[in-house]
Amino acid sequence: MAGVAAERMGWVPAPRQGWVAPHIASEFPGLGIAWVEVDAKPGRSPEPVRRRLRDLSDRTNGAQAVRLRERPIPWAYRVFFRQIGLDPDRTRTPVEQLMLDRLHDGGFRSKGLPADALDIAIAETGVALRAFDADRIVGSLCIRDSAPGEGLPGQESEMAQGTLTIADEMKPVGLLFGPTAEGHGVERGTRRIAVAAVQVKAVPQIAVEEALWMAASTLEAA
Amino acid sequence: MPALLKRDQVAGLGGGVDERAARLELRRQISRLEAELASLFGEAFGHTEIPHHVEGIAAAPRILDLGELEAVRDRLAERIAEARGALVDRTEVETENRQLLREMLDRPRDFKWVRVSRADVGEPGCGAWHSRPVLGPVGMLMGWWRVKVSSGCPLAGRLAAVERQAEAREAGDAQTREAGFRT
Repeated sequence: MAGVAAERMGWVPAPRQGWVAPHIASEFPGLGIAWVEVDAKPGRSPEPVRRRLRDLSDRTNGAQAVRLRERPIPWAYRVFFRQIGLDPDRTRTPVEQLMLDRLHDGGFRSKGLPADALDIAIAETGVALRAFDADRIVGSLCIRDSAPGEGLPGQESEMAQGTLTIADEMKPVGLLFGPTAEGHGVERGTRRIAVAAVQVKAVPQIAVEEALWMAASTLEAA
Repeated sequence: MPALLKRDQVAGLGGGVDERAARLELRRQISRLEAELASLFGEAFGHTEIPHHVEGIAAAPRILDLGELEAVRDRLAERIAEARGALVDRTEVETENRQLLREMLDRPRDFKWVRVSRADVGEPGCGAWHSRPVLGPVGMLMGWWRVKVSSGCPLAGRLAAVERQAEAREAGDAQTREAGFRT
């Protein structure tokens, strides 16, 4: 439905589908990555975005946070975290981290753009999103494991072989559900932002499209 | 004998194909167990604390091998068993407390000063049932006892008023100190 709305409005670009290394795809059916690129700069969120965060805060309560892991999409990410060796109670899934921050801070705090746009989309859909500097991405995004001796730009040590990463056609741009490589995050000089969604098994395509559309339209409108 | 267990030799015999199927099956089991643990966590929240923490296997995300997936599956299964045990224990306690409450309501005199909270019987909210004498000391002397039901959670307005009073008191203390008075 969101995709249809986006087409009708005509100003949100269609999501691009990245690829997953075949041996990873065979281990994790349903794993995928999609992204949209928007002309947007980081900065303070305008009032409508901050108001939307406040409305979201009012709609979110502790009971929902407790029952979050029973909802299909947050559950799917928890399962995937377990399957890749992470403890979702220590390395939180994006939506759980957001809800935890909401309870801790008493509301969704505005962190500026693009973080607020991502927070709104994550809280509404549960889909894991992250932002990159689109001008630093070479070609298509993908999910692959690290090669021997490969490191994440900005980090001193090499990644252990087989570490799951989000990469472009040149090098890793971030760990899957981990830190972003230096120079690939959204910084002061960023003029074009890529919002990427990581899809896992049991997360419907429509939810991914909705999340991307929601984040992109918030950035476009700002 | 150890040579028979070498991984490469097993893979050479075509074990790799089966291993992948086994890994997929283990992942399916993990997803089912995670759903079960999440459901138990939600059920227990507010009643009792259940063990739900399952340590991660890897420092960074990667494809786990068969042994690691088995370890995750087994730990989840252990946590579920422990959580179920904790929930059963808690349910028993709440059942006993409900029985106690029924008896207390029937014969308050036999349960002098006993207080059962809503949490003790697994009910939400802040209320409590308290066996107290009617008319204070007179009731105590006469043996007139009744179960009093508390009015529940404090209202937000009243709590805010208490906070305002506390702030005003602190502000007053500060003014007094500035004026050089000792209180």
